[in-house]
Amino acid sequence: MHPALSVLLLTTLIGAGQGLFIALFVSELLAAGTLSPSFFVGGSALVVVFCILGLIASFFHLGHPERAWRAAAMWRSSWLSREVIALPAFMGVAALYGLAHWSGATYTLALGVLGTLLSIVLFVCTAMIYAAVKVLKEWAHPLTVVNFTLLGCASGACLATSYAVFAAPALVVPLSQAAFSLIALSLVTRGAALLRNATLKPASTLQSALGIRHPHIVQKSQGAMGGSFNTREFFHGKSPSFVRGVLTLLLFGGFVLPLILVLTAPALAFVVHYGGLLAERWYFFAEAQHPQNLYYQTVS
Amino acid sequence: MTQLALVIDLNVCVGCHACVTNCKQWNTSGAAGSLSDLDPYGADPNGTFFNRVQTFEVGEYPQTETVHFPKSCLHCEDPPCVPVCPTGASYKRKSDGIVLVDYDKCIGCKYCSWACPYGVRELDEKRQVMTKCTLCVDRIYDQSLPPERRQPSCVLACPPGARLFGDVHDPQSAVSVAIRERGGYALMPEAATRPSNHYLPRKKTTLNLRDEALYRSDNPQRIDGAPFEPNLPPIAEEL
Ligand code: SF4
Ligand code: SF4
Ligand code: SF4
Repeated sequence: MHPALSVLLLTTLIGAGQGLFIALFVSELLAAGTLSPSFFVGGSALVVVFCILGLIASFFHLGHPERAWRAAAMWRSSWLSREVIALPAFMGVAALYGLAHWSGATYTLALGVLGTLLSIVLFVCTAMIYAAVKVLKEWAHPLTVVNFTLLGCASGACLATSYAVFAAPALVVPLSQAAFSLIALSLVTRGAALLRNATLKPASTLQSALGIRHPHIVQKSQGAMGGSFNTREFFHGKSPSFVRGVLTLLLFGGFVLPLILVLTAPALAFVVHYGGLLAERWYFFAEAQHPQNLYYQTVS
Repeated sequence: MTQLALVIDLNVCVGCHACVTNCKQWNTSGAAGSLSDLDPYGADPNGTFFNRVQTFEVGEYPQTETVHFPKSCLHCEDPPCVPVCPTGASYKRKSDGIVLVDYDKCIGCKYCSWACPYGVRELDEKRQVMTKCTLCVDRIYDQSLPPERRQPSCVLACPPGARLFGDVHDPQSAVSVAIRERGGYALMPEAATRPSNHYLPRKKTTLNLRDEALYRSDNPQRIDGAPFEPNLPPIAEEL
């Protein structure tokens, strides 16, 4: 699949925002008395800003962004529709959570519970957009949901750690320990998905695509001289060495370096981890082999 | 229940692209259009098509066969492209089973094209909406046309008659008979989409005739005036 920058940015930015919200809520749960309200107000503002940036990026993915409101219609069947509803709901509760802390309200924990639930719902919706595409075997697996959730939580914990360096130094150590554990856990689950996808046998073959039983079939023409939507949308168009480079980048940027940085230089942890996550999302698309590609082997 | 569909005879298709051209002409001018072209006369021509004819070579030289393979939306009975659409722009008609896109609702998110295993949906680059074969829904019901012209454009254009159109749920229809009696099959059955369009396989035409049968007086294919060959076995033994 072709990795579209708008989707890479959307999923990583809102993932960081959702993870940060969960980190804020857990901090309040465990260390409420020792923290000033400004830590939560600033944190919630960060959550909302990240989600807005993701939302802006997502509009660049649409052919008709002015009709985006229509996307909430089919929530009974479409995970994309469910995401379109869950995202603003989460953003709204995150904003209310910040306001409640700012005004000194007593129901902040209740909002925190609601926001955390919505954050998890949103992780599931986003991941299911991909996991529900049955023809993409690389995506249609529970690990997709696990990875979107864990990588988002790890990203949010890194963001919380970097933020705490400036806003709540007392929290840096516990938050960095949480981030370390989440990155390590996500390394295990994402690693499992990488291994699974590397050895995956495609369900469809050129033989089943054409209904012709012969071991040797070559495409001579795909019916288009200069490519088509089908050659643009479903191929990443990069060399194998480029793809291997991204894999190295995601392993170091998304896991190895952040594991070291959260403990040694927490202020830098989030930026590096976020770069690694962009590489991870690029690879997520590139490693998915769409069966339609069988019909589009030879441009002529 | 009606399920309209195409049946494409791979044994007859000569790869002339007449169906592609007529499809583009009809649909770029009608309700489903326009189907934009980008750089049509330049080095990198690009455009929207509902129907494409691809060519494959089967076997290894010198034992090869060229197979021309027309491909358009298969109007699946379990279309995975429909439930994923967030706006409801993609839908399957109850009345005749045609899968359509409402261009006024489509937001161009491309999600439906990911769900279709066959690569038959194309986002129109200029209009930024998802497009695909409509089975010429704007002409097959047109009462102002004579009944024999109420067919998809590709079917009308096909010079050797490789394309059949009809209701695959009616066991007596020409398409159902062709599927039943001539080994009609569906593409990628493992995708569980239950395509309505079917393909008829290639076949070798061979004459099942032994030399000696040519001399039998009751053989309709007897070669008149062929000399009698005394070395042939007697006909009675044959029977
Ligand atoms: S062929 Fe593809 S676009 Fe057409 S109905 Fe089936 S899944 Fe949908
Ligand atoms: S591109 Fe259009 S038809 Fe396809 S899923 Fe998106 S809104 Fe629906
Ligand atoms: S018009 Fe008929 S023969 Fe020509 S490419 Fe199309 S299906 Fe084949």
